[in-house]
Amino acid sequence: MTEPAALREVLVACIGNPDCGDDGIGSLVAQELERQLPSHAPLIVRRGDMLALAEDFAGFNAVVCVDAAAPMDTPGRIHRIDLTSEELPRELSATSTHGFGLAEAIELVRALNRAPRTIVIYAVEGACFDVGAVMTQAVAASAEETARLVAGEAERLIASLDRTSGPASA
Amino acid sequence: MASKTIKVDYLARVEGEGALDLEFTDGRVTSARLKIFEPPRFFEAFLRGRSYTELPDIVARICGICPIAYQMGSVHAAEQAFGVSVDGQLRALRRLIYCGEWISSHTLHVAMLHAPDFLGFPDAIQMARDHGDLVRNALTLKKAGNELMRVLGGREIHPVSVKAGGFHRVPTRAELAPMTETLKRARDIAVELVRWTAGLPFPNFEQDYEFVALRHRDEYPLNEGRLVSNRGINIEIADYDSEFEERHVEHSTALHSVVKQRGAYQVGPLARYALNSDRLPQHIQGLAAEAGLGPVCRNPFKSIIVRAVETAYACEEALRIIGEYEPPAAAAVAFTPREGTGFGCTEAPRGICWHRYEFEADGTIRRARIVPPTSQNQPCIESDLAAVAGGMVDRPDDEIRHRCEQAIRNYDPCISCSTHFLKLSIRRS
Repeated sequence: MTEPAALREVLVACIGNPDCGDDGIGSLVAQELERQLPSHAPLIVRRGDMLALAEDFAGFNAVVCVDAAAPMDTPGRIHRIDLTSEELPRELSATSTHGFGLAEAIELVRALNRAPRTIVIYAVEGACFDVGAVMTQAVAASAEETARLVAGEAERLIASLDRTSGPASA
Repeated sequence: MASKTIKVDYLARVEGEGALDLEFTDGRVTSARLKIFEPPRFFEAFLRGRSYTELPDIVARICGICPIAYQMGSVHAAEQAFGVSVDGQLRALRRLIYCGEWISSHTLHVAMLHAPDFLGFPDAIQMARDHGDLVRNALTLKKAGNELMRVLGGREIHPVSVKAGGFHRVPTRAELAPMTETLKRARDIAVELVRWTAGLPFPNFEQDYEFVALRHRDEYPLNEGRLVSNRGINIEIADYDSEFEERHVEHSTALHSVVKQRGAYQVGPLARYALNSDRLPQHIQGLAAEAGLGPVCRNPFKSIIVRAVETAYACEEALRIIGEYEPPAAAAVAFTPREGTGFGCTEAPRGICWHRYEFEADGTIRRARIVPPTSQNQPCIESDLAAVAGGMVDRPDDEIRHRCEQAIRNYDPCISCSTHFLKLSIRRS
């Protein structure tokens, strides 16, 4: 039986360098998601090369991203940002150790007309992004809850896309 | 006395944290400084006391863009110290993974960091709106380089398979086979990229550089060769200190390297090409000629063309190696460490990256020294800045600033792996 096309149209992208303290939250959430994510929602982990996201996003209707957010006042706090209706707030802009961060990657895919219709970001506030630093306890503790939220988001998006497009194998 | 200062507090579209200070007095440039203020990272110090087995994984962290360069320099040095020879398919695989790094690094710089300078865009995102095909193709090309590093190194950022003696694991033919179609497509894109860069508007600017690069007896240099220059240097890599020295300067946390007898020298694509263009395959030489390059190019702004030519070559070389690949019997040559000193020098995308290590009898690192390409290019960059700015002292500050930033980016400086914003302040008196 052909798998409905809509079931392949949600990508989950976990972002961040696990060697840089709280920047590793994306990788940690990805480990949790391997057990929780619907099998037909592809999961990718990007540790540094954000430019690759522009290629990764191509061909998907929806993307759910997990990344670390710049320090504010509550390490481990989870922010959900739906870029369909909101901009990525500058003060939350996920940190990056390279020339291109998540915000720039999203801007780039939009400029190239490759942007998915829906992009939802789960940004986890970090505290320390030093090379070799241990992840802040509160940030690490948020991984399980973040994964639960992301898995739920992916399931909702898949269901919503199914309703919109109907079964492709019909 | 009329004087003014042009400052760029944070350089954009370079890897790392640096700034530019230009001072003019009575209509001439009195100071041109590339200031590197990123804190020292002490890699050489914390390598002391670590085992040679940790070496490639530690030095890979020096750079997220060119980790292979650091890994290769370190393992070559260890092998030299321990009397190990890595030949045949293992040597070819090292060249192959290095091709991946060249493709990825050069494409990033050509299309995403440097091209916006020539087209008048503030960044690649703005450029992508008008030059979508260029950026889409560049992303495909860069991805091919990343993929090559992933297949051979386990992952594209800080690969984990390189070790002294060879690799922890080598690919099967079946694992490499899908790369052939990917690389053919990448080669075609790279060839088009050469033609596209050749059509960019270039300032009429040349300098009489001392170029320094590796030169191999029959290959365009990546991993091996003698250190040569167009002014007579021709030495073993172990004799680096006989011709070159590193100096502290007040305005930079990175050491400046100079030729002892003459001063500034240039490493990187222009130097490699000038000293080795005859080592490129005929059709790549033809492609370079079609793009308007002679056997030597002294216009640093045209380094963007040379990078594109080297990208096309790296795709071609990777295809050759994959076509001839037979998995070696063992992933690494067996050896026993011994006390000694070893040297490694390879051609990172930005130029020669020189290593020297002293080892204890059990392979523990007693001393380490690494000379990266950007520190070698700093005096040359400052010389270019003085000449570029000196030729446009009557132009508006913004125009001078833009041209000087572009002149710095000619070198694809890799100060480290970080991002930053651009601020400009001007002082007149």
